[in-house]
Amino acid sequence: MKPELPLVSLRGLKTSFPVRKGVFQRTVGQVKAVAGVDLEIRRGETLGLVGESGCGKTTLGKTLLQLTKASEGQILYDFDGVQKDLCQLSVREMDEARRKLQIVFQDPYSSLNPAFTIFGSLEDPLRRFGVHKRADRRRIVGDLLEQVNMKADYMDRYPNEFSGGQRQRIGIARALCVNPELLVCDEAVSALDVSIRAQVLNLLLRLKQERGLTYVFITHDLSVVEYISDRIAVMYLGKIVELADAVDLYRGALHPYTLALLSAVPVANLDHVKNRIVLGGDVPSPVNPPSGCPFHPRCAHRLARCETEAPQLKKHVINGHDHSVACHLIQE
Amino acid sequence: MHDDVLISVQNLKTFLYANGRCNRAVNDVTFEIRKGRTLCVVGESGCGKSITAASVMQLLPELSRIEGGQIVYQSPGGPIRIDQLAKNGKKMRALRGADLAMIFQDPMTALNPVYTIGQQISENLRYHTKLKPRARRAKTISLLAEMGIPIPEQRVDEYPHQFSGGMRQRAMIAMAMACDPHVLIADEPTTALDVTIQAQVFELMEKLKAKHQTAVMLITHDMGVVTELADDVIVMYMGNIVEGGTVEEVLRTPRHPYTRALLDSIPVLGRGKDQKIDPIQGTTPDPYERPPGCQFAPRCPRCQPLCEQALPPEQVLGESTHRLRCFFPVGGPNEA
Repeated sequence: MKPELPLVSLRGLKTSFPVRKGVFQRTVGQVKAVAGVDLEIRRGETLGLVGESGCGKTTLGKTLLQLTKASEGQILYDFDGVQKDLCQLSVREMDEARRKLQIVFQDPYSSLNPAFTIFGSLEDPLRRFGVHKRADRRRIVGDLLEQVNMKADYMDRYPNEFSGGQRQRIGIARALCVNPELLVCDEAVSALDVSIRAQVLNLLLRLKQERGLTYVFITHDLSVVEYISDRIAVMYLGKIVELADAVDLYRGALHPYTLALLSAVPVANLDHVKNRIVLGGDVPSPVNPPSGCPFHPRCAHRLARCETEAPQLKKHVINGHDHSVACHLIQE
Repeated sequence: MHDDVLISVQNLKTFLYANGRCNRAVNDVTFEIRKGRTLCVVGESGCGKSITAASVMQLLPELSRIEGGQIVYQSPGGPIRIDQLAKNGKKMRALRGADLAMIFQDPMTALNPVYTIGQQISENLRYHTKLKPRARRAKTISLLAEMGIPIPEQRVDEYPHQFSGGMRQRAMIAMAMACDPHVLIADEPTTALDVTIQAQVFELMEKLKAKHQTAVMLITHDMGVVTELADDVIVMYMGNIVEGGTVEEVLRTPRHPYTRALLDSIPVLGRGKDQKIDPIQGTTPDPYERPPGCQFAPRCPRCQPLCEQALPPEQVLGESTHRLRCFFPVGGPNEA
């Protein structure tokens, strides 16, 4: 049997935005939002993508869907055994490919058009992908709403009639309309109250089981990502600094940044032993990232070579599990 | 009553009015803020936690009013009834910023973008102290240094947009701590910040609390924050305190079904994928059309007919400070 192709492979992916200044809008710099990411997303897994604001996790998600264009690198997507680079597809081919990749946005208030009924918002992709009969579209939308624990007759209402949690579920239903393989959830539960958040998280887990979906779950909330993910990638300034199975990452994180990040999360457990590592300073600007390892100005364990030489993401095998980390301190 | 109580709030009722309707945002709330201790107020959006804080500071929005109860501040010169002071009267203005200080959620909207950080911090000093301009500037710089802002001599003349989110929040704390307040009210001070920056801010708040014996009231929706920082907790739901006590009492033995459900609905770091989280069914009711009885009744798994008719009175458990509002608490005498 051939080893199964990963659903998506990112190869040296970079996305940057120009910084323009002055009367002539001259380009004076580049925000390197994603600065060289190699990553494989396996079929059927939930990959958690965590990091602080400005680390490029949302840009990575959007680049994956070609909502922003990559400036370098490849996104190889497995179309039934044939790998194609999403960056090279024509506009029309990409439109067709979007049937397989969908996204759920963070803010359920701005991601639904207030002038459209729910049915109006959800039928568009269906019509685009060949469901021509209105009655069929209504049936499909009704089924989808029921799958996300809502009533089918809600489809004729407008977004303002729904609460945040309900809107987020509508957003999920919209993403599922075209029966995608890969769902990018960009901070999908961050705007919700805790009691509602649990409803949406459990819904996502159920849908994954029922439909065999693959998730890329982007969030800054480490407790949530631990609950939902199989593997977790930690990003810092546009790069992945650590990638491991969720269990291994929480039990035995290796990168000093991951350790600090995990220790900073307030834990709702009175017996949890507090050992907070407080990082000095702020995240440096992605316009002008530090030389060498991007984390070295805040790192307590930095070596001389960290300032000049950027560590590569290297794969180690720890207790039989793959554990990749980009740090000079980790040799074996 | 303890002699270290700085603020005592008794049966506070604060209502908001809109479109001829009344929202009983804070309905019969009683609590104390004590010296050198942190009181965490936890609840979901719309539960009245921010309105409670705004009532204490007399910073309520328009079309809202304290309708009942009292707020007493034990000032060094004797008790002061805050609820009876005029909102913008001389006495309230003398207290606000000096004895009672507040940190807001979003530092970008709370800071004025057209004044430098230094001007905004020293405004407080100009109003409440007799320091001369030069001394004020020196004090402002030392405050910024105390908050861990690098090169404060230079930063003091910068504008808020030149600061990062974490630094803005630290500048806000500097502003609040300028006159060594006795009571610090922090309304979701770290919600807009990243976790590593949040850790910095908490470290700073703990340090200041220990140094100045400040009484802190911290409003949050994050149970993790409560666990780490609180000495005392009150859990609010739809304008009522449903459960209160020390952090040990409330988090180890939650008795109110809402507290229990809230704790069951959050994933806890370190428990892995096998933990089960149970969402709370339904959504919070419309604040203008509240249920007649217990506010949590429509979502409560233990709801009985009595709960839908009457709001349970507040009861104190035994000799402790643990109190709750529930007819049928979890782990009651009829349960094993």
